[in-house]
Amino acid sequence: MRIRFEKRPEPSNFMRLATPVGAVLLTMVLGALLFDALGYDGQETIKQFFFTPVLASYKWQDVATKAAPLIIIALGLALGNTAKIWNIGAEGQYIAGALGGAFVAYLTPDVTSHWIIVPMLLAGIIGGALWAALPAWLKTRYNVNEVLSSLMLVYVSLQLLSYLIDGPWKDPNGHNFPQTAAFTDAQLLPRALPGTYVPPGLVFAIVLTFVFWVAMKRSIYGFDVRVSGAAPQAARYGGFNAKRTVWSTLLISGGMAGLAGILEATSQLGQLNLGFPSGYGFTAIIVSFLGRLHPIGIFIAGFVLAITSVGGQVAQTVVHVPSASGGIFQALMLFLILAGDVLVRYRIKIVHSASKAGAAA
Amino acid sequence: MTPKNNEGAAAGVARLELKGITKQFPGVLANDHVSLKVMPGEIHALLGENGAGKSTLVKMIYGIMQPDAGSFTWNGAPCVMSNPKAARKLGIGMVFQHFSLFEAMTVLENIALGLDAAIPQRELEAEILRVLDSYGLKLDPQRIVSTLSVGERQRIEIVRALLLKPKLLIMDEPTSVLTPQEAEQLFETLRKLAADGCSILYISHKLHEIVALCETATILRGGKMVATCDPRQMTSRAMAELMIGANLKEVSKAPSRSFGAAKFTVADLSLAKLGDFGVALRHISFTVRAGEIFGIAGVAGNGQNELLDALSGERTSTSAETISLQGKAIGKLHPSQRRLAGLCAVPEERNGHAAVSEFSLTDNAVLTARQSQNLTSNGLVNSGKATSFAAQVIQSFAVKARGPSSTAGSLSGGNLQKFIMGREILQAPGVLIVSQPTWGVDAGAATAIRQAIVDLAAKGSAIVVISQDLDELLGLCDTLAVINLGQLSKVMKVGEVSIEEIGLLMGGVHGDPAATVHMTEAMHAHTV
Repeated sequence: MRIRFEKRPEPSNFMRLATPVGAVLLTMVLGALLFDALGYDGQETIKQFFFTPVLASYKWQDVATKAAPLIIIALGLALGNTAKIWNIGAEGQYIAGALGGAFVAYLTPDVTSHWIIVPMLLAGIIGGALWAALPAWLKTRYNVNEVLSSLMLVYVSLQLLSYLIDGPWKDPNGHNFPQTAAFTDAQLLPRALPGTYVPPGLVFAIVLTFVFWVAMKRSIYGFDVRVSGAAPQAARYGGFNAKRTVWSTLLISGGMAGLAGILEATSQLGQLNLGFPSGYGFTAIIVSFLGRLHPIGIFIAGFVLAITSVGGQVAQTVVHVPSASGGIFQALMLFLILAGDVLVRYRIKIVHSASKAGAAA
Repeated sequence: MTPKNNEGAAAGVARLELKGITKQFPGVLANDHVSLKVMPGEIHALLGENGAGKSTLVKMIYGIMQPDAGSFTWNGAPCVMSNPKAARKLGIGMVFQHFSLFEAMTVLENIALGLDAAIPQRELEAEILRVLDSYGLKLDPQRIVSTLSVGERQRIEIVRALLLKPKLLIMDEPTSVLTPQEAEQLFETLRKLAADGCSILYISHKLHEIVALCETATILRGGKMVATCDPRQMTSRAMAELMIGANLKEVSKAPSRSFGAAKFTVADLSLAKLGDFGVALRHISFTVRAGEIFGIAGVAGNGQNELLDALSGERTSTSAETISLQGKAIGKLHPSQRRLAGLCAVPEERNGHAAVSEFSLTDNAVLTARQSQNLTSNGLVNSGKATSFAAQVIQSFAVKARGPSSTAGSLSGGNLQKFIMGREILQAPGVLIVSQPTWGVDAGAATAIRQAIVDLAAKGSAIVVISQDLDELLGLCDTLAVINLGQLSKVMKVGEVSIEEIGLLMGGVHGDPAATVHMTEAMHAHTV
């Protein structure tokens, strides 16, 4: 008996939806076995990881707060991934965006109008886009692989952050801690719905999901991105400019990461310090694939990853699993999604090779 | 018992016999109970359209695939071709349509790499020279492959097969990349081989070759064996009808055609080559008048793809004046701008160039027709309009598809080509550039596509057809030129030019007829 992969005549739509769900379920099973083997209570770990954040209402705000930046960043990344432009440096663009916004805040400590938040957000988008412009320029001008250049720029952005908050932008009244001055009330995002704890980022995430959905499925730009990814030669033949697609997808994904960064800074932290970089930019890569590069899928996937992230903290305190376990779960999930993708295009066939070999001379 | 010991085949025993060979692929029965006999020293044709199951059948004979049912007999003894090595051990050699050669290595090294046994270089070289000599093949074992012509490369594969002293040689569409003269030389070699007792299984869809070369022909259609006949006793037309299973329709072309004013002019177009194996275009000039079909012949890889890219706008020219459409200089325009100016193009490769396999036919219509057919508004695709345009293409060109929402990849090659041609022709282009319009397309679809080209010309469009199929060009075009190493020959009138002359130009003689005559004489002197 042999197991064989057979190419499907057309990709299976059922599998397209089933593989991400299956990947999440399989992550739970494998994760339980893994933590059992490591000497923890595997079943309890999974319960805390995946179910406590959903079932306990006091965790919902945490989940939504973490889901929002993941969704916003992943929407931008999905655009590039669809065009097969691999921006791995969203974490750097996220930091650069926060720095852009913080620069506006640094210049305007005395402005009391709440409208100052608008130029701050714009500066966040521009900061992220500028950070992504470097890989775009290197790729279109010198054919430098964007995977490497965008990833390396993450570390540059970390250095830049620690230089600025420990140097020119350091809070003079901060007891010598490496951090910026706290944003003024005007520089903070107002609550999304007065009287509730709905994070403002979530409102952006919902609106942007819809915008990206229309752009990807209906607009001629979304068509350009899809053709460029599926068949670059056909895109050229159809009159789409490959360099322009590289530039636009990187600038947009960088801008989105930058927006997520400044939203986070102005709604959660209220300043920039060394604790700001949170790994959202990397986790969003998983979100974009788990969501099948589809805006609605990404919206759901953002919540799934946010749940595991919140659940990871719960599990650390309840089951005492190590803090790295959250990362293990996320990596396991990405691996299983990508492995499951094979099933979209191939089906498994079990071949009973009976006595054919016996007839061989 | 190994069948190899069973070489002394008595008269009347087939070298290879297939009984009831069946092979099922997902969704298609590639071979349905195929039986045939190849006698010792026989040149046996395997004839059929693309998709008839010829390649699948020979892959099973050569052990690359295993049949689901049926049996093989070799020299009267039953046998199983479990892999190509086992097939070679029996004495089966195969020359593939696409060569597997390392460009940067010598002929000798390439041959050594393809052998199952390690033979010292000096012995191998002597052996190669002996084979070359006994079959009158010309090839220098020390040449680097990248410097060789396609015909010479094919000789490497033939020598590689002959070194194993095959009892059966399978040739898969061997002449598709050869000039007429090279093909004739190949036939000579094959006849000599057959005279020495080697059986040859010759796969082709070119009927005149089969008539010239083969003693027996097995005709496949839709995976089934439809006839076994002696091609010398049959007309080409009768065989063609067996192959397609229907009456052969001919392209109807008005006998006296008149042309309008010059519509499309290429003047001194040169382009540097891209990459190490690209071809540079050198000083290409030609003019096509309204209503005229201009053909460009040539062996594959002589700059055809580069020329198409340059004409369609996928590579722009450094000077706008090199290409002009009704007096408008368009050399610097991009594909979309050229389409708006009235120039449509169809590249050779359907999947991933002219169409995106995983996209629906509607999306494939949007790919090139979005501007001329107003399929977009405010940056959004108007899906209703796009779907109805795709449906219109499907209907007017009798494309067999479930509907505009089927993916391009689910269509057969011929149907996808009809869709692509239809998509461009319905945009009513003033100039249409087509590369290999009927490559890998079944005869029925090929006739429909050629008819559509003729009809478009009759409406006053200027048409350029780039093709390796000389018969197609001679049947379709009014004027024609040959491309060789990125250079275009003088323009000739179809009907006044001989196949011999075109063949020589394909092989690389440029310039005036005197040089051609000189070359012809030289060649005769050489072969005699």
